[in-house]
Amino acid sequence: MTRPLTLNARAAVAGRIVLAMGGGYAVAALATAFLSLTLPMPRAEAVTAATLLSFPIMVAIVVVVFAARSLGRAAAIVGAIGLGLGLALRLVTGSFPFGFGS
Amino acid sequence: MKQGFRQSMAWLHTWSGLVVGWVLFAVFVTGTATYYRADISRWMQPELRREATVTPETLAASADLAVAHLQAQAGAARTWFIGLPTPEKPLVELFWRTKPGAAPGHVLLDPRTGAPAAMRATRGGDFFYRFHFELNLPPLWGRWIVGLCAMVMLVALVSGIVTHRRIFSDFFTLRRDKAAQRGWLDAHNVSGVLALPFHLMITYTGVVTLALMYMPWGVTAAYKGDQFAFFAETGQITRNRPAAGQPGTLAPVGPMVRQALATIPEPLERLTIANPRDANSTVVAVFEEPHGLSHEHPQVAFAGTSGDVVEVLSGGLQPAAKTFTTLVGLHEAHFAGAALRVLFFLCGLMGCAMVASGLVLWSVARLPKSGAVPGFGWRLVHALNLGTIAGLPGAVAAYFLANRLLPLDLAGRAEWEVRVFFGTWILVAGLGAWPAPRRAWRLSLAAVAALFAAVVVADAATARGLWDDPAWFLGFDAALLALAAGFALISHKIARYAGPRRARRAVPEPAPRMEAA
Repeated sequence: MTRPLTLNARAAVAGRIVLAMGGGYAVAALATAFLSLTLPMPRAEAVTAATLLSFPIMVAIVVVVFAARSLGRAAAIVGAIGLGLGLALRLVTGSFPFGFGS
Repeated sequence: MKQGFRQSMAWLHTWSGLVVGWVLFAVFVTGTATYYRADISRWMQPELRREATVTPETLAASADLAVAHLQAQAGAARTWFIGLPTPEKPLVELFWRTKPGAAPGHVLLDPRTGAPAAMRATRGGDFFYRFHFELNLPPLWGRWIVGLCAMVMLVALVSGIVTHRRIFSDFFTLRRDKAAQRGWLDAHNVSGVLALPFHLMITYTGVVTLALMYMPWGVTAAYKGDQFAFFAETGQITRNRPAAGQPGTLAPVGPMVRQALATIPEPLERLTIANPRDANSTVVAVFEEPHGLSHEHPQVAFAGTSGDVVEVLSGGLQPAAKTFTTLVGLHEAHFAGAALRVLFFLCGLMGCAMVASGLVLWSVARLPKSGAVPGFGWRLVHALNLGTIAGLPGAVAAYFLANRLLPLDLAGRAEWEVRVFFGTWILVAGLGAWPAPRRAWRLSLAAVAALFAAVVVADAATARGLWDDPAWFLGFDAALLALAAGFALISHKIARYAGPRRARRAVPEPAPRMEAA
């Protein structure tokens, strides 16, 4: 990039990278766990299908994070999806995912 | 980043591609070589004599002989792996694992004598296979790094597709006569778009091969993390039989081999023996994949102490499991015959070209104005580009060369071949620090061409007397010569190429900023 980046712009880019990797993986992981328990098929099939879907889900989240108008907006979108999945998983399992809050 | 969707994706494509490009190039090159893993191994052990057929009696006798060797040498091991002889490789290959973290034991036996096979020690094509997803690092580190890079590549592919306004006409666009940057952009587009279905398939299926390691949370949620139970329930492996904790005696495996051969009509590939000295020992006969895309090995499991069949796995997977094994099968391409394999190989080369041209495009698009001193960032990218794009092929050639030139009785010979591989890589990459970038490219690529040519000379000079099938070895050497000619041609083109300067003088304005750069 030829135009110089301000410190703010650099921080925003770094923030998006962290959000894309961490948030993308977290949403994909939550979605995999949730779908594994809820897809209407035998258990082994549900886990396989959910695991296969997890990678396109993560790619989609990364694209959303980098396409969003601002870092804050991206964080809000990813946070909302993650929260929704976390609560849904809480309803299905009766406890918070991965031992959080238990 | 206050800009449109397409611009943000162009930015994402440029930078995500650059950051992982060097690792991806290495993964693509070694993965492409892995399509010919068995051939590379055969070329690297010219002492090997192939056989027309392997009879069931040979298989049963080989299994007994293998177990006798393992009882004596690896009694404490938790699991034994016995690779049985095939016509292409009529040897017994033994692996054993004693405890997690410790390096597995390994030996190749001659089934006729039971003694270690008299052949030069080498890792052969297996080195490229493992490097492809472990980068010669500790497995866990290597697999996570490669997986991360593969995910970034998926992102780069998706954002690259979005970036293209005219993806169809890019099929037919290669403007070599325009500015250098245009030419590189078109080369990147052609190699990327032409083989795009392959690139998408190979990247996604590559992640899928290690899906349970990268994304174990479905198994965590539904199986409390028990991956054995999950795989057994999908029908991909036989059910786990935990050790009883009491000593037991393994029954003769020869009869089990005969019974397995009578059960499944595919060639028998290997035996796995778990807890061999336990009362609950298990012998699993694993067969080759039946004809088809799917990666599913028929299996017959025996109770080790009695020799009774406890489970037979043969097809019948559910839809999602079948999808999973088909994706893995697509990645490994074991189903591909000679012609299709060539096509996969060429697509792999297109992948190498796509990554390499993308990396070069980054540095050409940011070429310092004539007279200006390049910044640190540009020099770093240039050095890494050259170190990877020329260094890795040079290392591959040197690995082959070492196989022919190192003394046959050298202690740790297989490890020395790998040392030569990395030593050469570092040497060629050192040329990237040369102050004149174009000369550095020319010299390093000429060196790679010379190395490949030297391999052919060394093969003819030292191993000709060992060739069991001269036409086959000449074919392999011809492929190496073709690689040498390709690198020599590129080096020559770089020396003669004067396009960018003229083009820049003719067009006073810099070329319009393009989508993908």
